[in-house]
Amino acid sequence: MFLYVFRRLLTAIPTMFVIVTLAFFLIRVAPGGPFNQERGLSPEIKANLEAQFGLNDPLWLQYVNYLKNLLHGNFGPSYNLPDFTVTELFAKGLPISIQLGASALALALIVGTVLGIVAALNQNKLGDYSVIALATAGSTIPTFVVAPVIQLLFGLTWMLLPIGGWGDGALINKIGPIITLSLPQIAIVARLMRGSMIESLRSNHIRTARALGLSDWSVVVKHALRGAVLPIVSYAGPAAAALLTGSIIVETIFAIPGIGRYFVDAALNRDYTLVMGTVVLIALFTIAFNLIVDVLYAFFDPRVRYD
Amino acid sequence: MTDTVVAAPVVGRSLWGDAWARLKANKAAMFSLYYLVFMAVVCVVGPYFVPHQYTTIYADYVRTPPSLSAYPKTEMIETALSDVVKRMRVDLKEWKQEGEQVFMTLASTKPIDERNVRYIDRSDTFDGGKVESKSADGLSMVVSASIKQQYFFFGTDNVGRDQLSRTLMAGRISLAIGLLAGVVAVVIGVVYGATAGFMGGKTDEVMMRIVDVLYSLPFIFFVIMLVVFFGRNFVLMFLAVGAVLWLDMARIVRGQALSIRRQEYVQAAEALGVRSRGIVQRHVIPNLLGPVVIYMTLLVPQVIILESFLSFLGLGVQEPMTSWGVLISVGAKNIGTANWLLLFPAFFLVSTLFALNFIGDGLRDALDPKDR
Repeated sequence: MFLYVFRRLLTAIPTMFVIVTLAFFLIRVAPGGPFNQERGLSPEIKANLEAQFGLNDPLWLQYVNYLKNLLHGNFGPSYNLPDFTVTELFAKGLPISIQLGASALALALIVGTVLGIVAALNQNKLGDYSVIALATAGSTIPTFVVAPVIQLLFGLTWMLLPIGGWGDGALINKIGPIITLSLPQIAIVARLMRGSMIESLRSNHIRTARALGLSDWSVVVKHALRGAVLPIVSYAGPAAAALLTGSIIVETIFAIPGIGRYFVDAALNRDYTLVMGTVVLIALFTIAFNLIVDVLYAFFDPRVRYD
Repeated sequence: MTDTVVAAPVVGRSLWGDAWARLKANKAAMFSLYYLVFMAVVCVVGPYFVPHQYTTIYADYVRTPPSLSAYPKTEMIETALSDVVKRMRVDLKEWKQEGEQVFMTLASTKPIDERNVRYIDRSDTFDGGKVESKSADGLSMVVSASIKQQYFFFGTDNVGRDQLSRTLMAGRISLAIGLLAGVVAVVIGVVYGATAGFMGGKTDEVMMRIVDVLYSLPFIFFVIMLVVFFGRNFVLMFLAVGAVLWLDMARIVRGQALSIRRQEYVQAAEALGVRSRGIVQRHVIPNLLGPVVIYMTLLVPQVIILESFLSFLGLGVQEPMTSWGVLISVGAKNIGTANWLLLFPAFFLVSTLFALNFIGDGLRDALDPKDR
């Protein structure tokens, strides 16, 4: 087991290396630079700035330097938010994004699983159809429609929630973003759960359990569920990575100071270090959660063995 | 023998005929298909029937709420009048409305130039300004004008453009982009995936490794880089977006191609001496088409969402051209004061996405009966 995790972590290194390299050169090939602003800087100042950040070095040297810093955990200074290092920006924004993402994920897993089970137990009945309808709606309506509609209904019409803002992390400020983030996830989880639960309920050991006269509750929760959660476990990995690193749309619409917005802003402003930092962060989260999922798999399905 | 076959009353249905019959039995999918066709026709033809251009700015009708009855409303006439009079640099003594006509008595400290009446025609509310009578000293005159009746079924936006014609134009762009980028993605994906699947061996290995690496880069990073490269030229940009979305298609097609190659009927055909070209035409392409068609219907809504997402971020379609994403983004910023700016485009976008999804599901059921 530990050997397996260790091996996986080793194979993550070349993957990270490829991602960092690709991202580094891609963003550098793009025309423009961090100090090309609309009101142009005077050439001397620009040259000084570029010299200070080492942007005049040959590209390969910058690349080597970046890799060196990265290995020391140093993401470098942000070019467009000059008072902050990328690490500081992450330290401020990441906890916020993680809080929202984790809550949304938890909500989605709980609600989605329950809905999926309800649908599977009432297959082709009203309960099933309403869950399917809900799941279709959840996965079809884009976030940037859901978010303003929530603002409109709960914020403006019924005055239940604030329209936006973080409010130092008050619970009431988180409700809107969390619901918006979790709706599409609920839809997907419910759909997956329904499918795998139906399959699981058809299997032999469930028939045996029923024949032994176990209660419905025990059959479903103790026996069928364990086999049925596997697809959800494997879905939850990438979903967690995406949710925890923040959503551009939700953070923009609800004015949340997370890290979701940095990516687009930084790429547009050619804030090289911030873009790279975000890419590295997302890749790290993705790799980590995929690993966690694979380990969890063995827990839910003892037939899976890693040697 | 041949005679009996020709004379047989029941002709065997082809794979496609069979799929079509199954699709026809699916009410949700058929309704969605009709709805989508209806939506496409409305968006393509509709703008010609709306009396407003999508770029025309009606200064008198900024953020006018949607209404089925004609504008101007009674209370708006006075505001519009005082606006016009201000432009003419005269004072409005009194005014009255008689049916479609308004009569106003204007006064000033200096003689009024009759040519000033043209300001009335320039207004969005009035038309056909005419001097009815003039006092001897020229310091006051009575002017008549007819009220321009205008309909804004969807209201108007922040600068006074008709939201109906904008929503329809936006639909044209969004649908066209969805189709365009979808086709690009499918073509690249099919060619790449099929090549990898057929060549097999080392070539396949290398080609699929490339796909894996591209997969591991955050998708949005890619799109933003493309936007940066191609600037704001939206046709080029969406060709580029299509060029990003081909990864899934390539994987699906490669998998299919690999498995079809190993099928017994392909081996049989090979044993009978059929050339690869013949095998590709007779066996591979027809068997690939199913998944490709299904994936294409699922890809188009993805592209439309992506386009809206980019436009929402201000990276996509640029003003005055518009798309559903642009309109929704404007609407989201104005929900407090003008919620119709959000609701109409959101409804159009969401209902179209629903229809596309139902068609996709229906096609999957129809073409892949095992899956049900």
